[in-house]
Amino acid sequence: MASGVKPRVKVPKTAAAGEAITIKTLISHKMESGQRKDKEGNIIPRSIINRFTCAFNGETVIDVTMEPAISTNPYFQFDATVPEAGEFVFTWYDDDGSVYDESKSISIA
Amino acid sequence: MEFTRRDTLGLALGAAALTVLPFRANAAAEDAIAEFTGGADMAEGGVTLTAPEIAENGNTVPIEVSAPGAAAIMVLATGNPEPGVATFNFGPLAAVQSASTRIRLAGTQDVVAIAKLADGSFAKASATVKVTIGGCGG
Repeated sequence: MASGVKPRVKVPKTAAAGEAITIKTLISHKMESGQRKDKEGNIIPRSIINRFTCAFNGETVIDVTMEPAISTNPYFQFDATVPEAGEFVFTWYDDDGSVYDESKSISIA
Repeated sequence: MEFTRRDTLGLALGAAALTVLPFRANAAAEDAIAEFTGGADMAEGGVTLTAPEIAENGNTVPIEVSAPGAAAIMVLATGNPEPGVATFNFGPLAAVQSASTRIRLAGTQDVVAIAKLADGSFAKASATVKVTIGGCGG
């Protein structure tokens, strides 16, 4: 599924150098687990996002491997250190090969 | 279609494997743990798993894992058809080795978090979550 997938990310616009900030991410995705059956009893094939990464100026903050047990519309919250002004890049990898990304820049106050 | 001796044997083996599978639900979780830790011993403490005691809806159960200084944390739901939930790998810019997300639980079960600490040792924490409505379809 590559339709209607919309990443949403919440990052503060400014931070002090070296400050830890909280990042919240959400992406709309049905995360079909491959366990459910349709009305005829056929298994609905698995279709999930299997990996999520967040990097700041090329350095990794978090890299999550996801299994079908992650809920619909995967949500993640984590803390990142901001050493300098720059850009956070968030990337989601779909089972079907699609890659969704979003970036947010942050400046030093 | 004619069955050859080889086909028949293959089918029999497949059927046998299918019957045995449900009893291996916990074994699958143990296999996943062994793969992650390489068979190393796990200490209690050093990792915190926050999960609700009772979850009304197994489709979205909020959990939080945190392990100061950990390189990675693996989360398993031992009672799910597939025990794997997620593995968090923390990079150099993670301020604290902590993350929260929402997971699916098929029923009342133990959720296990295993952290790979900076010194290469492993720590384990588990929490029992009571689930009123399971989250795996059906």
